[in-house]
Amino acid sequence: MAIEVRIPTILRTYTGGAKVVEGAGDTLGDLLTDLDSRHGGLRARLVTDAGVLHRFVNVYVNDEDVRFLGALDAKLNDGDSVTILPAVAGGAFGFAAAAAIASHGAAAAVVPPSVTPRAVVR
Amino acid sequence: MARYDSLLDACGGTPLVGLPRLSPVVPEGAPPVRLWAKLEDRNPTGSIKDRAALFMVRRAESDGRLRPGDTILEPTSGNTGISLAMVAKLRGYRLVCVMPENVSTERVQLLRMYGAEIIFSPAAGGSNQAVATAKQISAEHPDWVMLYQYGNEANARAHFETTGPELLQDLPTITHFVAGLGTTGTLMGTGRYLREKVDGIQIVAAEPRYGELVYGLRNIDEGYVPELYDATVLTRRFSVGTRDAVLRTRQLVEVEGIFAGFSTGAILHAALAVAHEAVRDGRRADVAFVVCDGGWKYLSTGAYGGTLADAEEALEGQLWA
Repeated sequence: MAIEVRIPTILRTYTGGAKVVEGAGDTLGDLLTDLDSRHGGLRARLVTDAGVLHRFVNVYVNDEDVRFLGALDAKLNDGDSVTILPAVAGGAFGFAAAAAIASHGAAAAVVPPSVTPRAVVR
Repeated sequence: MARYDSLLDACGGTPLVGLPRLSPVVPEGAPPVRLWAKLEDRNPTGSIKDRAALFMVRRAESDGRLRPGDTILEPTSGNTGISLAMVAKLRGYRLVCVMPENVSTERVQLLRMYGAEIIFSPAAGGSNQAVATAKQISAEHPDWVMLYQYGNEANARAHFETTGPELLQDLPTITHFVAGLGTTGTLMGTGRYLREKVDGIQIVAAEPRYGELVYGLRNIDEGYVPELYDATVLTRRFSVGTRDAVLRTRQLVEVEGIFAGFSTGAILHAALAVAHEAVRDGRRADVAFVVCDGGWKYLSTGAYGGTLADAEEALEGQLWA
């Protein structure tokens, strides 16, 4: 049974850089265990020691949030598509961030958040 | 309903319009499944954020946090900034917005026109940096008031007291409410109200799924969930990609004549999904969804014309909702 899993950039160190990997399992929990057998360490980044999904991780089955489908017990079927994403703030802040990201691209990702702001009132 | 003492009094009370052409066709004899659009672009500055801005300012006034002549500080260059600038102007406050220095000149002009002052944060740090800058400025100016929409209960309260009751009054047969998930204020407030009043109501979130660059900025341990968010208010939560959002945004103007921004397209995509499920299950459904704002501010993206692939590329790396 093949389920396509989309891996976010930040976790591709566990998949040898692969954006999409395949796995199997009747539930999301089974799928993550299966993936961990080939991509060691991945599961621990997604599931806490308490056995629940990490607060800042969102997982979607066919574009629907698994937390509303039973979380790790969510049922999976052959051909399903699973997407893993980090939680981000959207909404009203969008366009400011958009401009920053669009102009600086991936370079923005390596700037530490501790960089001294040079705020200027114009 | 057509005369108000001031622009602030004209906030809310937006029309709910049926979408007879986009609503799914049901088999003969089956119960009706109808889509309804709540036109939030009809608010004073053209977006749903006017409701939250007004409530957050009024709450701060009644709490004694805001006094005449005070300065409001907010890290935003989007609709909330525009709404706050208008409310601040009319209520006698100074508004300072923090945003990355390379935001479009269109945004800067719009905010300045409404009277906001702008503090730029270094572009390279993106939104994290702008929020950090805002916090630092806040520490340097303890007398400035930061309303912080992601954690301000008055944001959700605005929708509990206005959006929710308006929807129930206009559509007592409502079965689904679909809105976008950003600060989560709209869904938390409207959702709580409708859950109290309507048995079995489904509260459905549509969350924009951006291009990879956006998520590339985030380490999973530094993720962010707005303080206002309470998952128990929602029934379901959909992630909607750029292509689907653009497709639905175009469909909405082509088929029903409603010209909206891309976040509305994402919401419509989720609304259509639940509507088609209802048809399949032979259930009656009145699905109300939010039109957050008009499309005017997004025309320069070029994503309203050309192929879907071109539009997707134009929005790649942007937080389009």
